[in-house]
Amino acid sequence: MATLEIRDLHVSVEADNSTKEILKGVDLTVKQGETHAIMGPNGSGKSTLAYSIAGHPKYTITSGTVTLDGEDVLEMSVDERARAGMFLAMQYPVEVPGVSVSNFLRTSATAIRGEAPKLRTWVKEVKTAMETLQMDPAFAERNVNEGFSGGEKKRHEILQLELLKPKIAILDETDSGLDVDALRQVSEGVNRVHASGEVGTLLITHYTRILRYIKPDFVHVFAKGKIVASGGPELADELEAEGYEKYTKGGVTA
Amino acid sequence: MAEAQNIPVGSTTAGTIAVAAESTVATRMSAPPSFDVADFPVPHGREEEWRFTPLERLRGLHDGTAEAGGVLTVEVTAPEGVTVETVDRSDARIGRAGTPVDRVAAQAYSSFEKASVVSVPKEAVLTEPIRIAVHGEGGTAYGHQVVELGAFAEAVVVIDHTGDAVLAANVDFVLGDGAKLTVVSVQDWDDTAVHVSQHNALVGRDASFKSVVVTFGGDLVRLSPLVQYAGTGGEAELFGLYFTDAGQHQEHRLLVDHNTPHCKSNVAYKGALQGDGAHAVWIGDVLIQAAAEGTDTYELNRNLVLTDGARVDSVPNLEIETGEIVGAGHASATGRFDDEQLFYLMSRGIRAEEARRLVVRGFFAELVQQIGLPDVEERLLAKIDAELEASV
Ligand SMILES: Nc1ncnc2c1ncn2[C@@H]1O[C@H](COP(=O)(O)OP(=O)(O)OP(=O)(O)O)[C@@H](O)[C@H]1O
Ligand SMILES: [Mg+2]
Repeated sequence: MATLEIRDLHVSVEADNSTKEILKGVDLTVKQGETHAIMGPNGSGKSTLAYSIAGHPKYTITSGTVTLDGEDVLEMSVDERARAGMFLAMQYPVEVPGVSVSNFLRTSATAIRGEAPKLRTWVKEVKTAMETLQMDPAFAERNVNEGFSGGEKKRHEILQLELLKPKIAILDETDSGLDVDALRQVSEGVNRVHASGEVGTLLITHYTRILRYIKPDFVHVFAKGKIVASGGPELADELEAEGYEKYTKGGVTA
Repeated sequence: MAEAQNIPVGSTTAGTIAVAAESTVATRMSAPPSFDVADFPVPHGREEEWRFTPLERLRGLHDGTAEAGGVLTVEVTAPEGVTVETVDRSDARIGRAGTPVDRVAAQAYSSFEKASVVSVPKEAVLTEPIRIAVHGEGGTAYGHQVVELGAFAEAVVVIDHTGDAVLAANVDFVLGDGAKLTVVSVQDWDDTAVHVSQHNALVGRDASFKSVVVTFGGDLVRLSPLVQYAGTGGEAELFGLYFTDAGQHQEHRLLVDHNTPHCKSNVAYKGALQGDGAHAVWIGDVLIQAAAEGTDTYELNRNLVLTDGARVDSVPNLEIETGEIVGAGHASATGRFDDEQLFYLMSRGIRAEEARRLVVRGFFAELVQQIGLPDVEERLLAKIDAELEASV
């Protein structure tokens, strides 16, 4: 069973000629089949955690380890991490001019699967996945994320999740910017992938709203660069009722 | 009607639409068009038509010091029915499609010794392309090429430029009434070559001219396509793509002269750049003369900058001397392939080189698909793939 292990992860960024530490010792284990929700206030470092695991060049790991089934993830290039089974649905997906969605999907599926998917089954696979996410087939011919609305971008991220079938999926605020219908469709997508039992999900969110559709096994509170509390789904209910205040005021220990 | 956007990556995009009583395209030239090199002053680099070109890399083509003596072969392969001749300077068919607009074109016209004339008789519809292989083995050469289509003839001409040369040339395309000509000109030179050429098209009544310019190679390539109309109802489509690598200067200077009523033109050039000192220049002059009522024109230039250190200068310029037109517009934009895009693609398992290739191929494919000739499109995509395979 695939396991992602994050141990005492410290990450900093260079900003205005100074180094700023953002992650201050994150510990987390995500196993295939599990769903973990990470909840925390704005600016607490949730996206930094997601990007650092995916290998974004802007973030410097100063200490700690990230392993996938014992393999050192931090040693891998960004594309190697993806091929090893990691997936990041981004909070702000990037526009790529000149590259059509269909070409992009096929190229990444080929890279991840190690061989080009058979054309006939592939076309059907994409079509079906788009239909279930209520994406207009016309999106296949548009350039990646170019001119997509916020909600369309998020659907496109989940479309990739469904097609690429990673071992570990990190979903960074996939719920933000979605109306209720879109939220439900996107959540259903996440649940379909989860139902395969083959993905460990790290669901990063600011709001509890998405947890009505996606049931986490574990909930973690993230504040000031680390996990400050962990529990079951009941922790989300507590956050819903009381907010993050208790965790953001100084003096809290994990 | 006009759109000019610019993401600053060491690039300029200036766009103008001038409603002019008198053409500023004309007044911007340092001398009126002429066949005689003596009519043009030696450029010093600040002239409007030379300000983007590194004169020191022209190997003397611009100041009269370049002496012919190089080895350049021109091989024409044509299907049956087409006449291929090598003629003297005095041949009446030379120079009918347009007059040199700058000193190097005039130098070429003043200096060539023999010209090649390819004629397609009227009403002949060719099923195979005419191929013109221009190959340099080093040294300076001046050339002149004429391609003539009789009335209602249809042909595709593919001109390939390979090897090493310092070449200044003029190419004339003369289209009879109702003729259809597609010209694909591929500049696939070695990295040392210098190529300065004016491509003149004279589009007959109801004729259509399609030009596809593909520039990959060379140290310095400067092409000046010129379109004029000999009768009403003419159409010109000018497509271009260039891939400018480190140290290369590739310049495309178009002038579409709407001198006749009810003609159309559509210009679309796209370029990708990578590496230190890669410099692409695109000038799109479209002139709608007072007489050219019913003109319909659009021009577009898009650039994709793949790395730091590359520079684009893109200047669309539309001049309208009559209000009685169907449409006129232009667009120019320079964007860059940045680290965030690279990260996004790589985070989907795609290797860095492949990510770059994907972006560039897609960018060009969009243009190639507009050409409308499947075998030309296929060849071009294969060519782009090979270029990307070799250099990205
Ligand atoms: N490249 C960067 N340069 C400078 N500061 C950065 C950079 N990336 C992140 N930060 C800072 O690090 C902190 C954490 O940012 P991060 O985006 O990880 O937060 P977040 O928890 O995802 O917030 P949100 O809920 O708003 O998405 C913020 O203070 C942010 O300004
Ligand atoms: Mg965030």
